[in-house]
Amino acid sequence: MSVNVKVPILTVDNLKVHFPVDTGTFFTKNKTLKAVDGVSFQLHEGETLSVVGESGCGKSTLGRAVLQLLHNTDGQVVWMGQSITGHSVKEMRPLRKQMQIIFQDPLASLDPRMTIGEIIAEPLVTHHPELAGKAVRYRVREMMDIVGLLPRMINRYPHEFSGGQCQRIGIARAMILQPRVIVCDEPVSALDVSIQAQIINLLGELQQKFGLSLLFISHDLSIVRHISHRVMVLYLGNVMEIADKDDLYNSPKHPYTQALISAVPAPDPAVRKKRVVLKGDLPSPIDPPSGCVFRTRCLYADEQCSQKKPDLVDCSTSGLNRRHQVACYKIETIDD
Amino acid sequence: MNDNIILEVKNLNTRFDTPDGEVAAANEISFTLKKGESLGVVGESGSGKTQIFMALMGLLAKNGKTTGEAIFKGQNILGLPVTELNKVRGVSLSMIFQDPMTSLNPYLKVSRQMTEVLIEHQGMSQKEALEKSIEMLELVGIPEARKRVHMYPHEFSGGMRQRVMIAIALLCEPNLLIADEPTTALDVTIQAQILDLLHDLKDKLGMSIVMITHDLGVIASMCDHVMVMYGGRVVETGSVQALFSDAKHPYTRGLLQSMPRIDGDHNEDLYAIPGQPPNLQALPQGCAFQPRCQYATDLCQQERPPTTEFDAGRTASCHQLSSAFHTSSPVKKNPVHVVEGVL
Ligand SMILES: Nc1ncnc2c1ncn2[C@@H]1O[C@H](COP(=O)(O)OP(=O)(O)OP(=O)(O)O)[C@@H](O)[C@H]1O
Ligand SMILES: Nc1ncnc2c1ncn2[C@@H]1O[C@H](COP(=O)(O)OP(=O)(O)OP(=O)(O)O)[C@@H](O)[C@H]1O
Ligand code: SF4
Ligand code: SF4
Ligand SMILES: [Mg+2]
Ligand SMILES: [Mg+2]
Repeated sequence: MSVNVKVPILTVDNLKVHFPVDTGTFFTKNKTLKAVDGVSFQLHEGETLSVVGESGCGKSTLGRAVLQLLHNTDGQVVWMGQSITGHSVKEMRPLRKQMQIIFQDPLASLDPRMTIGEIIAEPLVTHHPELAGKAVRYRVREMMDIVGLLPRMINRYPHEFSGGQCQRIGIARAMILQPRVIVCDEPVSALDVSIQAQIINLLGELQQKFGLSLLFISHDLSIVRHISHRVMVLYLGNVMEIADKDDLYNSPKHPYTQALISAVPAPDPAVRKKRVVLKGDLPSPIDPPSGCVFRTRCLYADEQCSQKKPDLVDCSTSGLNRRHQVACYKIETIDD
Repeated sequence: MNDNIILEVKNLNTRFDTPDGEVAAANEISFTLKKGESLGVVGESGSGKTQIFMALMGLLAKNGKTTGEAIFKGQNILGLPVTELNKVRGVSLSMIFQDPMTSLNPYLKVSRQMTEVLIEHQGMSQKEALEKSIEMLELVGIPEARKRVHMYPHEFSGGMRQRVMIAIALLCEPNLLIADEPTTALDVTIQAQILDLLHDLKDKLGMSIVMITHDLGVIASMCDHVMVMYGGRVVETGSVQALFSDAKHPYTRGLLQSMPRIDGDHNEDLYAIPGQPPNLQALPQGCAFQPRCQYATDLCQQERPPTTEFDAGRTASCHQLSSAFHTSSPVKKNPVHVVEGVL
């Protein structure tokens, strides 16, 4: 797969999304929950950038804010040179057909009153009202076949489908317009491995053919290793490390990335290894630690780490395009 | 009756009526589960895994019906009236549903959804129930549970909602927990924490677990026995060791092969079993796996394969079990379709 590194299709700069929270007591002031707290990256044409990190670290929020399905509190999102930050639904409409999302919660994201044919066709009908019903149905059937759903089930309702089938309905809907970017929020988590493999191979093939770019949100590090060009590691709404896939897996620099990679279970009952569970609890994004947000669980933390948030700095060892960035004060002293 | 058996399912069948005919979602399902044991259920998407247990919980959709028996703690719970079922459901028999958002009430704070169960079934006071709920949320790794308990479901992340579901299911310390894809939305670290918690409950309380999952890593680390489903039927059963080291059915073997591995080759396409998952309404003649099976013979197209029992609890349903394929390793790349014709 070749990635065009010259054209960033999306540029995200210092993106923040904060939610107000009600703490349930009368005595404390309401606080904010910093779901995404200063994330920057570029996504290039034909590239797959994966976003990994623990549950609750802000992956879905980031994905939604990038597509402006949710407005960011601060920072910029630039789509092919044009800022789309704070765009209204109406202003976004012409761009929508180029950017789609596959939602994390398959059944909940499908309208229970629509047939799956209507659900899959909806983006097509919205953006191409001129298309005849017959042409639409033809495309819908074709998409259903591609994601492994039987075209004859076109008139059924979502509740009649299994979890994995619902996930595939969401995928068909996101792909029907052949968008330039798809934010895939855990797109294959409810699928068995064989269909998972089919969908992943399909995404790869679309990418080669049409230069599709993917922001691929997943907690499955094995799949991420397979599908990505680059990987971004998030922790409490902050980027800890971003690098080419091989660099990240072969020589993770950040203590958090190192812990994540060591925790992947082996699919083999003979090696019921004791997994490395990170010590301590995940702090709350309502009261994140000062300085480096990872410091409360970091083996290497010292005084310096609690003072100021470390910047993402380049630590590439080779090549110009092989940018490997890490936010940690101690990379020099930590072994790979 | 054996006191050690917590659940015995006998010849369970589940059907759905649809405008274009009947869907036979689960057929002739029989298995037993002992106290403190865990059973993994794997299989193709749409193969009937969820619906077996929805039938058991009395939660089938309106167009569904079920026959057979499911003896839970000595009582057949299939077709039990709702008032009777409610004494069991959520108390001694709990289920974690596949889609967390559809089973949590979006309009009620999590605190309310948790405390209600405890107040009703365990006679706790509001205060005790809230404490117990917070404790449970902490056990499933929700940070700042004391604050979070007062939030609404949509204010939680996907993985947190899944953990809230798990916490609710465990509130009354059930004898049997049915967990439908309980860790799909969870990263490895939290997944490890949840699996450890389930292990603990299994050991301490003798809780039995049915774990429906497509994640063979979870099965490998968690389950004692495995049941593999395809096209609405059980095609293979066995101990977890037997299944991983000596899978007998071609579908099980394909499944094990399509597993992405962190230590595998990352530039090749992943292996996918060729062809499409079966349509339960128009299953092929003979063996349901036959259109996708590279060992299929004429016999496979005509007759459904019998189930062979090798040992107690070790079965497989295939015509070719004795043939030579056991030693060959059928790795074959298959092409996937591509969307033709840009609009
Ligand atoms: N209410 C319904 N009406 C008609 N068909 C249904 C209904 N509910 C489920 N089905 C069908 O029954 C079959 C079995 O569904 P089930 O939910 O048990 O699958 P599953 O094995 O759990 O799959 P997954 O891994 O995708 O969750 C599916 O093919 C599904 O389409
Ligand atoms: N509408 C909201 N109101 C308040 N808090 C929210 C809202 N949406 C998300 N959050 C909070 O923002 C944080 C990040 O949530 P997000 O859904 O982005 O996590 P995630 O990384 O996708 O997690 P998961 O892997 O569990 O899906 C969480 O602490 C969550 O509780
Ligand atoms: S900056 Fe300090 S606390 Fe943060 S990851 Fe590096 S060593 Fe650990
Ligand atoms: S019965 Fe025949 S078609 Fe079915 S799995 Fe066995 S060999 Fe393949
Ligand atoms: Mg999410
Ligand atoms: Mg299911």
